[in-house]
Amino acid sequence: MRATSLKPFVRSFHLAAWLGWQIESNWADPFLFAIYSIIKPVSAAAILVVMYSVITHGNFAAPIFSYIYLGNAFYIFVGQVMTGISWAVIDDREHYKTMKYLYIAPVHFPTYLLGRGVARFIIAAFSVLITILFGVLFLKVQIDLTEVNWLLFFVSLMIGVIMLAMMGLILAGVLMLLVHHEFGIGDAIAGALYLFSGAVFPLEVLPTSLRWIGFVNPITYWLELLRRSLVGQVAQAFPTLSTLSNMQILIILITLSITFTIISGYCFRWCENLARERGLIDVVTNY
Amino acid sequence: MTPISRVHKNQGVKLFIQTVIARAYPRLIGQQREKSWMFFDIVLPLLSVSAYVFIYRAINAPEDYIGFVIIGGAMTAFWMNVLWSMSSQLYWEKEQGNLALYILAPNSMMAILLGMALGGMAATTLRAAVIMIIGSWIFNVHYAVVSFSQLFLVFLLAMVALYGLGMMSSSVYLLLSREAWHISNLAQEPIYLVSGFYFPIKNFNFWIAAGASLIPLTLGLDAMRQLVFTTGASLGFLSVPIELGILSILCILFLVGSRYLIGYMEKLAIREGRLTESRR
Repeated sequence: MRATSLKPFVRSFHLAAWLGWQIESNWADPFLFAIYSIIKPVSAAAILVVMYSVITHGNFAAPIFSYIYLGNAFYIFVGQVMTGISWAVIDDREHYKTMKYLYIAPVHFPTYLLGRGVARFIIAAFSVLITILFGVLFLKVQIDLTEVNWLLFFVSLMIGVIMLAMMGLILAGVLMLLVHHEFGIGDAIAGALYLFSGAVFPLEVLPTSLRWIGFVNPITYWLELLRRSLVGQVAQAFPTLSTLSNMQILIILITLSITFTIISGYCFRWCENLARERGLIDVVTNY
Repeated sequence: MTPISRVHKNQGVKLFIQTVIARAYPRLIGQQREKSWMFFDIVLPLLSVSAYVFIYRAINAPEDYIGFVIIGGAMTAFWMNVLWSMSSQLYWEKEQGNLALYILAPNSMMAILLGMALGGMAATTLRAAVIMIIGSWIFNVHYAVVSFSQLFLVFLLAMVALYGLGMMSSSVYLLLSREAWHISNLAQEPIYLVSGFYFPIKNFNFWIAAGASLIPLTLGLDAMRQLVFTTGASLGFLSVPIELGILSILCILFLVGSRYLIGYMEKLAIREGRLTESRR
């Protein structure tokens, strides 16, 4: 009985994931697509590397460099997952003009949107891997594979991706009420959250009045756990969350992720109803 | 029978100007009708720029670097505008069905591109100015302007060359389909890197910096930093007069190039039947 009730959700997710992958990847041949997937994240990492190098005269062995580099590498997931899920609203509504058909098809729309994010997640995972590999091989990023806490790494990664997907769903709901802006709003939101996540600098660098935003932001805890699982001694050297154990941070991350899941459910429904009332389901905007 | 009143039709220069105004109009008015742009185009980029400021603070960079980031961050608005609202705009117009109407109407495509450029430039200048003013205020950036006239000239030439590049590349986009979106997406971070949006390009090898100078914002930013910061001149790639000279050449090159290319690409797109194709 339960399996039958889950079927529409699984079907919506599976088909959306397949569709998302086709849309993301079939505009170019696989080689070109692979190059495209590498250049963008490596360039973003290289901006930080050059900034750091200019000021410290290339002192890549310092712990702060590994802190910055890894935080920035894993942050690729934030923009990609949030954009993958939220941009599908604009893409289907204004580019393919299929959103109204999705609403009259036997598809669970929020699950469909989550499925559309899968392709970007795969691309992000590939980019993160390449970026970290580049850092280890050429920039002295201190990862010792024998000392990595793999269990903590994969558990944190999984929880974090679910949390990011829920944040993407909130954004997708908001986008249903907005016009087509000129670039990926998911990236813009991710760019803004970059400031409050301790991704590339410890939260202590922020003014005292703004630090609380970083402490209620689940991405802060997610990145800390990923850093601790890969390079424990480097991550724990920074004061932000040094008083908390891995388990305490994991509990905080799970609690915040559940909170975001509940918020995203309510927020998406509310925005969706408003979009239906205002007749925005098939609106086309472009100036 | 009532006599049919003759409709006045502009021609020549008047029609050109009328077309420019008509295409610039939605760029300026559109954003007044959608207030959410203030959040997405000003607040979010400002937060993103702030992150780069705090990275410099975390590694104890000299204060002038904070100013470099603010100016670079403000100028990203122009690059984004050229990429998404100039270069890929004709692809969007094709998707919406407007492109064929542009070609059918008795107006010049150059006027349409110019209208897009002027409207986009005006709207983006407002955004960039707000980012710069608020960013400078929040982070207490001190400017020491050497020459206002040179600064104005650098900005003007950089903008003309940049939007000329946008006009030129938009004609190339006439032939593109879905890949247009991905090409624009790809031209963000790599360009921020090689053009030195957040650090002086002098730190690169000479030939890399010279190659990056084909993008007008590279030399525009470098010259502006030299003219407004005390340490700017020592971190400059080339002297300001040389950069002004190169920017002037780029202006001519890109504007003439765009005029040639739009004519060529339009003919090619018509011949290959790509003006109305929609490979989704």
